[in-house]
Amino acid sequence: MLNIPIIRWGKPYESMETEEVHHFSTGEPIAVVSQANGGLIRRDMKKSQSARDVLRDIPTGVLIDRIKKAGDLYDTATLPIGDGQQTPADFVHQQSATTGLPEHMCAANMKKNSFVLHNMDKILDALTRGLDLEILSRGYGIESRGVVVSYQAQAPALGAVLPSNSPGVHTLWLPVIPLQLGLVLKPGPQEPWTPYRMMAAFVEAGIPAEAFAMYPGGPDAGAAVLESCQRAMIFGGTATVEQYRGNPHVQAHGPGFSKILIGDDMVDRWEEFIDLIAESIYINSGRGCINCSGVWASRHTKEIAAALAERLGPIEAKPPTDPEAGLAAFTVEGMAVAVWNMIEADLKEEGVTDMTAPHGARLVEQERCAYLRPMVVHCESPENAIALKEYMFPFSTVVQCPENEMLKRIGPTLVCSGITENQQLIQALSDANHIDRLNIGQIPTSRLNWLQPHEGNIIDFLFRGRAYQIPEEQVAALSG
Amino acid sequence: MSTTTDMDTLTQAARERLDQHAYETVQRHFHESTGCPFWLGKKSELNFDPLTEVKSYDDIKKFPLFEDEWLRGGPISRWVPKDMVDRPTYVFETGGTTGIPKSRMVIDDFRTDYELFSETLPDEYFPKGANWLMLGPSGPRRLRLAVEHLCQHRGGICFCIDLDPRWVVKLIKKGWMEHLDEYKKHCVDQAITVLTAGHDVKCLFATPKLLESLALGLEDRGTSIQEIGITGIFSGGTEFTPQWTRYAVEELLGGPPEEGGVYMTPTYGNTLMGLACSKPVTAETDYKIAYYAPQPRATTEVVSFDDYNTVVGYGETGRVKLTTLTKEFFVPGFMERDEGEREQPFDTYPWDGVSGVRPFHKFAKSTTVGVY
Repeated sequence: MLNIPIIRWGKPYESMETEEVHHFSTGEPIAVVSQANGGLIRRDMKKSQSARDVLRDIPTGVLIDRIKKAGDLYDTATLPIGDGQQTPADFVHQQSATTGLPEHMCAANMKKNSFVLHNMDKILDALTRGLDLEILSRGYGIESRGVVVSYQAQAPALGAVLPSNSPGVHTLWLPVIPLQLGLVLKPGPQEPWTPYRMMAAFVEAGIPAEAFAMYPGGPDAGAAVLESCQRAMIFGGTATVEQYRGNPHVQAHGPGFSKILIGDDMVDRWEEFIDLIAESIYINSGRGCINCSGVWASRHTKEIAAALAERLGPIEAKPPTDPEAGLAAFTVEGMAVAVWNMIEADLKEEGVTDMTAPHGARLVEQERCAYLRPMVVHCESPENAIALKEYMFPFSTVVQCPENEMLKRIGPTLVCSGITENQQLIQALSDANHIDRLNIGQIPTSRLNWLQPHEGNIIDFLFRGRAYQIPEEQVAALSG
Repeated sequence: MSTTTDMDTLTQAARERLDQHAYETVQRHFHESTGCPFWLGKKSELNFDPLTEVKSYDDIKKFPLFEDEWLRGGPISRWVPKDMVDRPTYVFETGGTTGIPKSRMVIDDFRTDYELFSETLPDEYFPKGANWLMLGPSGPRRLRLAVEHLCQHRGGICFCIDLDPRWVVKLIKKGWMEHLDEYKKHCVDQAITVLTAGHDVKCLFATPKLLESLALGLEDRGTSIQEIGITGIFSGGTEFTPQWTRYAVEELLGGPPEEGGVYMTPTYGNTLMGLACSKPVTAETDYKIAYYAPQPRATTEVVSFDDYNTVVGYGETGRVKLTTLTKEFFVPGFMERDEGEREQPFDTYPWDGVSGVRPFHKFAKSTTVGVY
């Protein structure tokens, strides 16, 4: 069995407190993971400037080249993890075994991370809107239009309290290293795999190990990362997002409540959109914040819901090794039942119809885990309590709502695909502050263009633009 | 080290002492001339006569488990033994963030308990005559006066800080984490002010969280617990895990006492009992922490989760059950909110101990531990 240590600025540290990570369906122990205590993290964070210093010794261009190399290694190499070694196939198997995500989805997520690593230069160009990275490195410089600009790093390292259930989120912190900031990660209890493999690939590619700190642990460790990193991100539920709202030090990523809105001008052609809606709901087992959890239209909603139910309802739970498996298991005891109980309570409301009911029971309980099969729920009104709910499986409501009321009713939305050619609606969608990523046209919510910044642009979070005045001769020198 | 036979003899003697002490304590608390109104009133509800049917420690199981709810509300005088009503009396409280706190009446116990604890402290690191800093809760808490008494008993003068744990719990419940952090800094600032004011403080009581904050605060000012002159630290709480102790010893205190010159001793207890002391905690024993109650004044047993009258086997896990048997206070079978493993007796404490103390798993999710 693997022993995975804490990493303290590149140095492994075996804690006296450990947790076993188990296979979700067999119960077989897969790894013993050292658990960090909060004080240890708080103390280490006093040295975080060293991580930035060691990275600033390497030009950003060189770092980007090494990150591309790390991408190759991440994809193909046998890399060290704890006291063992890990092939890419081991990685996929281990991640699936502990998170419940089917293996082919783990492999697909690996490709996403790999894409980001291999296209880091383009992604940073998109994130910075074309800024010369040297300006971020030095803190000031001359922009292409000949003006002195300054962007000051707000922390020497980024902390991240990561989830267990969505391996896709790792793409958000990958650009931190070429921005020459250290990385402080608290992996999700069931998903230590990506952070450790990524770090191993980075180090193998020549990025200094001193830039990385990994603190698996309990809530105490998560709190310490958030408290002691001047900039940190956390992934959690609505309560987590609320807790950190207005805190400039913490970027909280919560549920996406992503939606597809169909304009009155297009809704009569609804059958053409079923494929993209189904993909938005179902891909990656509906676990991502970018999965669609609500389809809104003014008419034909019952037909849309029936067609989606016809498509998604029959999908069965299959073993994680099955290439056809489309559903991730709920691996935390009692969680699937609790989710099902909440949904069942909401289904009792008048005007709410479980369109997938004819396709058999949704809750499938197994010896050590449980599944929830896809659900499509029709709501006659946005007032229905379930209309704005989101769950960690392929679940979506189809909500009947007049077009002119949609934007007032949809609530916070991470990704909105507006299927319309009505310029007035397009403008209203573009102006809506509660929509983060906006797709206009027939684009699934789940299909991201990596060259468009995701929610909470990391550059804005990590760097502060400010005035910076220098003598003319120095401007000339910088320009030269 | 004792042989098995020696150990058996020691254990047997301790048991006999406990049996005799239990008998005498029950006689006191249920006799009309010496009992307190609470227990004399309870007597009529019992289906046995404590005066004739409790002859040994085991007979205490005949009492129903002690309900700490009995400690909420007054009058506090119902806990004062009849023959002690003229004595100066204290009240110490636990809880109370919302609602009525639990109150414990105390006359001499805190002094006796801490004097007994004093005997376990090595003079090399807790020098007689040294001044102390009490970096823990103030207000109506036993610790506030008990640590001060411990210090005075050893010939020193005790400095204290203001720390209101009820406000800390409120900050956590409200999610005001910035305020929590500021309050922690406020407490540590008070401590650093005392420690840097030339008072020659050598000994310290601190909760694990505050000890950690103090060490980091001193580090920020370019000094350390060692450099500031602290040689002895007494601490306590369920956060005292082997990993935390190792971290504290290796990274906050400059290494084991023989290297860093700072000795730290964990303790376990609450307002209802005295202090359970730990076996010396060292790297050689993987920083294992095993507590032993101050028998016969109090006992800790590790009992089955399914039957609180059955002790689990050595090394097995169970819930911690406390019994307090002092002249002024009787607590038969109080179920602590903690669990742990049953430990073997040894020379110094020839009775059962408990190790790996942590919040009882059924309460763990709803319990706020180590808030200050």
